[in-house]
Amino acid sequence: MAEIIQEEKAGGKKKAKKHAPHIDMTPMVDLMCLLITFFMLTTAFSKPKIMEIVLPEKQTDPNAEPPKIPGSRTLNIVLGPDNKIYWYPGVVKPEDYNNLPPLFETDFSPLGIRKMLLERNRALFKKIDDFNNQVLTGKLVISQDSVKGSIRQLKKDDDTGPIVLIKAYKKANYGNVVDIFDEMNICGVAHYMLVDITWYEEKMVETAAGIAPTPTTAKK
Amino acid sequence: MPKIKLPTKSPHIDMTPMVDLFSVVLTFLMLTATMRQTEPAIVDTPFSISEKPTPNFNTMTLLLSKDDRVFLNFDNGSDTTFKFRPKILAEMGKRYNIEFTEAEYKEFEKYPSSMGVPIMKMKDFLATKDLKERATLETGIPIDSTDNQLADWILYTRQVNPNVQACIKGDSKTSYPLVKKVLDIMQDKNVKQFNLITNLDAVKINLAEIQK
Repeated sequence: MAEIIQEEKAGGKKKAKKHAPHIDMTPMVDLMCLLITFFMLTTAFSKPKIMEIVLPEKQTDPNAEPPKIPGSRTLNIVLGPDNKIYWYPGVVKPEDYNNLPPLFETDFSPLGIRKMLLERNRALFKKIDDFNNQVLTGKLVISQDSVKGSIRQLKKDDDTGPIVLIKAYKKANYGNVVDIFDEMNICGVAHYMLVDITWYEEKMVETAAGIAPTPTTAKK
Repeated sequence: MPKIKLPTKSPHIDMTPMVDLFSVVLTFLMLTATMRQTEPAIVDTPFSISEKPTPNFNTMTLLLSKDDRVFLNFDNGSDTTFKFRPKILAEMGKRYNIEFTEAEYKEFEKYPSSMGVPIMKMKDFLATKDLKERATLETGIPIDSTDNQLADWILYTRQVNPNVQACIKGDSKTSYPLVKKVLDIMQDKNVKQFNLITNLDAVKINLAEIQK
């Protein structure tokens, strides 16, 4: 307290300053720069997203009949080495191992697997697309929750699109698996699942890719 | 010829607007900051069109690295009193006859990132604070059929926290047989629904273009 009074006394003699004192802000700016850099480097801006998949029930009974699916709608996709995709329509029986159908080779580009899938799934894709358009243009008034439900119902009722069986050759990688699931979502394929590769399919891939046959792992 | 007069003293730059801007940016960053998690192995996740964000709680994340190691991470639950992590470790300790001390449980509870340590080395792992030493211990969780510790981890995680959701975070270069093995282990333990962690990649397809 005493000091303040003293200062007042002294202030009377001093000439009053004409302009506000300049504060040197450089250290403050330096510090702020440092903090900004630190936060920018440590912040994770985009949270990673998740893609849900459901695996079929594990077969515990070896004599159980596999579920019957119509062969004409079945589409087999085999993920090969070096990011290649092989596919063939229909069903191959193990008895025909001397007369295996040819594999079609394609890749993950939009004109590859996506075009093939969309050609086969056009009816359902168009239905979903029309539905989305109706919602967007306001012709159909519907809540956001029921949009997803309706699309799910459309997929469930679908009986023209392919049933895709996804198999992976042992030299495929995880990225391929995620990519193919993604393609299924993009093309609106209603029925797809990841299944084990069979030994004759491994053989087909090896012939198609021109690699030396290796001892099969998935022999039944 | 008139001489150009140079200012004798250095000009004063008014830094106030700059400081203002910096403060705004700094405040924004501080408020939105969610610390990036450091993972023991560098993982490049694949891209997908899925827009669902990862859940904050009740997850167990399996990290599959490029060099075929498996790491596991799970959270403490939505409330700090749940303390799921030490409970799971206690179950694992009971199964493998390892006694953990109170301090080790504390350390395990706080550990922020994925772990890929065989349970026998867990004590050493929790005792050391040295990052390099920790890295040498992280050889991945054993998944062989003779010593399937991953299956036990999954079992006890699901026993302690029944609401847990399985997430798989894999590098795009991870070989498929490892993924298959891990999926098989999960299927054996009756986990059928998975979340694959991916990065967002927007795709738009044009129906007319394809119909050409």
